[in-house]
Amino acid sequence: MKRKSERLEKRGINRREALAQLAGLTFSFTLSAGAVGTAAAQQAGLLQTAWVTIRPDGTISIMSPAAEMGQGSRTSLALIIAEELDADWSRVQVEMSPLDDKVYGNPRYGIMYTAGSASVPTYYKPLRMHAAQARRVLIDNVAEKWGVQATELTTEPGFVVHRASGRRMSYGEVATFARVPAVLPVVAEADLKSPANFRYLGKDVLRVDVPTKVDGSARYSIDMHAPGMLYGAVLRAPVEGSTPASVDKEAAAKTAGVIDVVTLPYGVGILARNPEAAFAAKSKLKVAWTAVSASNFDSSAMLDRYAERAKDLTVEGKVWDKAGDVAAMSEAKIVVEAVYRTDFAYHAQMEPLNALASVTAAGDAAEIWCGTQAPTVAQRAVARALNVSADKITLHPMLLGGGFGRRGHYDAEYVVDAALLSRAAKAPVKVIWTREDDIRNGRFRPMTGHYLKAGLATDGQVVAWRHRVASEEALAFQDAPRFKARNERAIFSMLGTEQPSYRLPNRLIDHVRQTDGMRLSSMRGTGNPPNAFVTESFIDELALAYKTDPLEFRRRLLVGVPRAGALLDVLAAMSNWSSKRPAGRGLGLCFRNEDGTLIGMVAEASVERRTGEVRVHNVWAAIDAGLALQPDNIAAQIEGAIVYTLGAVLSERVSMKNGAVEQSNFYDYQVPRLSDVPEIEVRVLSTSNPPSGIGEMGGNVSGAVANAIAAATGARVRHMPLTAERVLAALRG
Amino acid sequence: MVGFRLNGQSVSVEGADSDRLLWVIREHFKITGTKFGCGAGLCGACMVHIDGKRAFSCQISLSEVAGKSVTTIEGLSPNRNHPVQKAWLAERVPQCGYCQSGQIMSAAALLAETPRPTRAQIVEHMSANICRCGTYPRIVRAVERAAREG
Repeated sequence: MKRKSERLEKRGINRREALAQLAGLTFSFTLSAGAVGTAAAQQAGLLQTAWVTIRPDGTISIMSPAAEMGQGSRTSLALIIAEELDADWSRVQVEMSPLDDKVYGNPRYGIMYTAGSASVPTYYKPLRMHAAQARRVLIDNVAEKWGVQATELTTEPGFVVHRASGRRMSYGEVATFARVPAVLPVVAEADLKSPANFRYLGKDVLRVDVPTKVDGSARYSIDMHAPGMLYGAVLRAPVEGSTPASVDKEAAAKTAGVIDVVTLPYGVGILARNPEAAFAAKSKLKVAWTAVSASNFDSSAMLDRYAERAKDLTVEGKVWDKAGDVAAMSEAKIVVEAVYRTDFAYHAQMEPLNALASVTAAGDAAEIWCGTQAPTVAQRAVARALNVSADKITLHPMLLGGGFGRRGHYDAEYVVDAALLSRAAKAPVKVIWTREDDIRNGRFRPMTGHYLKAGLATDGQVVAWRHRVASEEALAFQDAPRFKARNERAIFSMLGTEQPSYRLPNRLIDHVRQTDGMRLSSMRGTGNPPNAFVTESFIDELALAYKTDPLEFRRRLLVGVPRAGALLDVLAAMSNWSSKRPAGRGLGLCFRNEDGTLIGMVAEASVERRTGEVRVHNVWAAIDAGLALQPDNIAAQIEGAIVYTLGAVLSERVSMKNGAVEQSNFYDYQVPRLSDVPEIEVRVLSTSNPPSGIGEMGGNVSGAVANAIAAATGARVRHMPLTAERVLAALRG
Repeated sequence: MVGFRLNGQSVSVEGADSDRLLWVIREHFKITGTKFGCGAGLCGACMVHIDGKRAFSCQISLSEVAGKSVTTIEGLSPNRNHPVQKAWLAERVPQCGYCQSGQIMSAAALLAETPRPTRAQIVEHMSANICRCGTYPRIVRAVERAAREG
């Protein structure tokens, strides 16, 4: 670290910037007002940093750059600052941070982007360091004022305290006279609070957005209104890449309440006085679309081809993970091979895509309200669409009625819809996608074909592991520049095929990229839920071939990972793993290390043998995400991701015919309802490891459910979702 | 012109008889706690009470509420103090929150008719509402709590 700061100083970067970079985030630390020492100025004084504003009345605003879509990181990030600052949480207001990637960008992604269960793990340390520096400034100012050593001072929530004399000064009062030194006080990691002294972290603090979500006052972009606002709807091409060849607008334009019909580069927009008129007119449009290569795409035929391509090892794949030499397969006592498939899946966030845009009459600037996981990305997308610079776009990030990866794409197409229609109308326009639009123009988790082969030695160890995936890569579609910057690695397809905790000394895991022009997206957990289904099913196939209990089999693969052993002990106890279940029920297990978070789950399921219908009765989950900052919120996220993924495991599938989506609403794309949900018990283990991600991790339940079905029936289904028809076919097969 | 009561106030709207109550509430009156989710009576995000019974407001036309009393989440209580809202807070049910107005309106309608519902009754009744964040386990706990604590 020392060497780095010297290097930075040599390059002419001042000490302050160097410090900031060492903390992992660039920040500015300024006294915004009251710098001149007049009484009036002091009254108005604020102690302000890029992240924290302390006001004379003692209230503190904390900036949080996380998009809030129910996962809780808007609150958690602010809470991390409040903890280290020793703020009084009851006086804290959490504010959405300004749009500035340099100051507020996620350290992993370099931009403001709430995704990948990556907010708390990546911001945790830099925010603590920043808050500790701010706290030190408070202490130093009081020390100077009282003529005491800074080391004699300590803090309690909202106060600087001098124990020896019993004096206390509120942070608000400090703010009225505080001066911020040009060179910030240096804070070392060792100066940070010990977790044993945490007041808020590790306890359960109510998320700041929750109260507004029980009385209807929470604001999503779909709730926004602007004076003179019109309503927009957009008919998009059913097949990706297709454009309007000819448009018959007549019937649509005659619809009551319709103001205009606007042909867009990628579709046809309606401007109307109310949403219903816009929707009705859209359904009356007659558009001939250009034919493109994707117009021939048939998902079920193509998935068979993907599976064939995964099996064909004569083609070179792009290596994702490799160790040792898989030629060791020849030494194996037992060799198992299998082909797996997974279907397209749809996010189904409850708030259909929408945005409100108000473009100036000259078309040279705009104000936008939208729910997005990547506000600066959306801002730049709108700027490109309007051909203006990004600083001309004021974007208000709203609460998201679900995100799940759907709302962080490079082109922010649903936001651009509103911008283009507002420019055409010369009025504010709120564009609302119907649920049918949201599905037919959905961007899906890609379907995948898998080939796996593994060899076991006589002692049950896996001597070689070969896994190949054939799929389109979602990142290439959703964010082509980022895909390119990541060396065109198939990140979203492959995440979760690597298995860092399992002992697989000779392994080769690679990807064969397909390019069929489908609309694709990351979706809660990216590759993890489908890959957990595939790899954890296959691990059970190996355990079966070796005639070992699946838990015992995994323990052998996890020798040398004590954290994993401890987790499995907890899981075995909570699920009564070794106790017998009623006839017809089966227990299935999965263990995963996803991005440093360890999670194990057991599902108990039964199958109606006549119909193939699956009933999941119970799920037990144990999670070790390091230091558990908000235990109840972690449990809520695990419960939620389990429910979310149960749909993808058992029923949810998107199919395509002639390149177009065949499903249209919740009657033919069925997501879990309360009646489908098992009893779920979550145990959150808090360990001394740094906090790791939690939002996606329950999605690994796919492996446990598939294994429970196999245990209940003796039949292995190798195609997700495990629909009743597929289970029935396996039973008969 | 159609007249009805909305959260206790007499209102009247100039609109087509076929206009859906959901959009009248949200876009004409700008009372936005009631949500658009599917437009087909499948998800329950738009649930309101009409004369005390729950109804999918995306499926109800304006003419159907003439002279009736419509209650949205905003009219359920003056200060988040309906037993269902209190239970929702205590169990920390909401995640993204988008479906929760509809969930709460469904639950309140259930308890108004069946103050002590069985688990099976709760599951059956609340299965009309989709929550994509998967807050269902907490929804069950919150309905049971509201029944218990009133």
